[in-house]
Amino acid sequence: MRVLVCVKRVPTTGGTITLTPDAQEIDTRFSGWTVSPHEECAVEEAVRLIEAHGGSSTVLTLGPPAAEEQLRDALAVGVDDALLLETDGSEWDPQETAAAIAEAVRGLEGTGGPFDVALFGNEAADTGGYQVGVRVAHALGRPCVTGAKGLEARDGTLVVRREAPGGGVEVLEAPMPAVVTVNEGINLPRYPSVPGRIRAKKKEVARVTPQRRGPRLRKRRLLLPEDEGKRAEVLGHGPEAAERVVEVLRSVGVL
Amino acid sequence: MILVFVDHDGGGPDEPSLQAAAFGRRLAERAGEALQALAVGSDARGAVATLGAHGVSVLHVAEGGERDGAYAPRAWGAVLARAVERLGPAIVLAPGSDRGQEVLAHAAAELDLPMAANCVDASPGDPFVLLRQRWGGSLLEEAELDAPVKLLSVAPHAVPAEPVDGSEAEVHRFETRVDPEAFGVRVVDRTEPERGRVSLAEAKVVVGGGRGVGGPEGFRILEELAELLGGAVGCSRVVTSAGWRPHSDQVGQTGTRIAPDLYIACGISGATQHMVGCRGAKRLLVINKDPEAPIVSHADWVVVGDLHEVLPAVVAAVRRARG
Repeated sequence: MRVLVCVKRVPTTGGTITLTPDAQEIDTRFSGWTVSPHEECAVEEAVRLIEAHGGSSTVLTLGPPAAEEQLRDALAVGVDDALLLETDGSEWDPQETAAAIAEAVRGLEGTGGPFDVALFGNEAADTGGYQVGVRVAHALGRPCVTGAKGLEARDGTLVVRREAPGGGVEVLEAPMPAVVTVNEGINLPRYPSVPGRIRAKKKEVARVTPQRRGPRLRKRRLLLPEDEGKRAEVLGHGPEAAERVVEVLRSVGVL
Repeated sequence: MILVFVDHDGGGPDEPSLQAAAFGRRLAERAGEALQALAVGSDARGAVATLGAHGVSVLHVAEGGERDGAYAPRAWGAVLARAVERLGPAIVLAPGSDRGQEVLAHAAAELDLPMAANCVDASPGDPFVLLRQRWGGSLLEEAELDAPVKLLSVAPHAVPAEPVDGSEAEVHRFETRVDPEAFGVRVVDRTEPERGRVSLAEAKVVVGGGRGVGGPEGFRILEELAELLGGAVGCSRVVTSAGWRPHSDQVGQTGTRIAPDLYIACGISGATQHMVGCRGAKRLLVINKDPEAPIVSHADWVVVGDLHEVLPAVVAAVRRARG
């Protein structure tokens, strides 16, 4: 089996988000970078599929040269190969991104054979576009299931479980090769081992500079939503506050 | 014309679809356009009265054959794409539900049109400027959309769904051919949610725990309080990543969005990832050792202290109050 997993480098956000003075980016001077949570799970799913069925996995990202870090994180937990679609770091819109990924997949498949499964995150943590995986599926003429919370490969078919509208679980099946976008909770991603990290450091990351067609969804600026400006009432310190808590429970009608 | 894609459960439109219709009505008034809707499946006809009351003048229903079967993402997207071509809307809206995003993404891919997800506002004109959510709503983006037809999904709760008048919508049958292959991926099975258990999304009280809980055993006291109050237990992403609680308990951008009357957050610092998930809570009570924790700036009440000491005292006080 051949599995592809696509990830995106995004800032690590903590308690507050600060913007750069030109309001074009999140200020990352005091924070790190990571991949979107859904994609962390997509990487884990790729590794598990190969552990279960044999074969090889490839991780791909479109991003600045520094996104090599996120590719190496995936290599460290067991992905075999990595490809960086290198950009100047400016933001690509979902259509451009999907077109570049589809083109890269065609290239990878030309030499290594088709990917039975191409995994994406359901939506990126930062831009939240909800569409790159679907667009890549259309470009490659493959079926697509989004929002996977469970994935199983059985006799050439992918069985996907996901949350149903209104709660519960729904099941969809897609013949391979197929595209699946993943939601956090499908698995609990492993931590990289020390040997895994060392192996990842030594691996080669392939690089391609993709053609850009120009964004049609163009960011003008970022804004922080208005703060409600709440000031909390301190009910007390330690266990002595318990009676005040009971008063609060009564006042909101839950007791 | 502004066209809203409407999802329904056979009985009526779902809440996110009505919110998308409300968003559409606002744009329709600004742009002087009509508001119409599209739904798939003959049982969608039952949605017409509600949609009329929400300002929709025509409901186009794609029905018959495979269209009346179980949900098929690509086929529904194809129906929407054909409607864009044949009905010629200026703007197409979809609800910000999983299905809404999925159907719109398929339509956008098929039409090779850009799509803006989770919009909270838009100003029709040239350029077409919109405001959309990033980071689950922790951040907003003002953007220009360059396309002959604008495809937007509407962020949940961006606009409240309220009926406007008693006018009726007409039903038009939308005839179109869809490639049978597009029905190849569809829902083949469905399991209903567990009965009897208070679901996190619908609980009136949620007791949430974060890193400060310290481990899986630490959640026992949270469970006890939640049970006393008839609520549910939630947690932050740190907790699910550590494997202390199942992911189904996670409140956050990549977990469940909650909307209780009261959220009691214990040992949670308040990362944006988590705050996105509990923004819908009417009131927030924080129990935290650190009075400067980011979550405190969102709180109505705070108890400064170690949750392992505060919660047992609260549980005891609640039991006493119950008598």
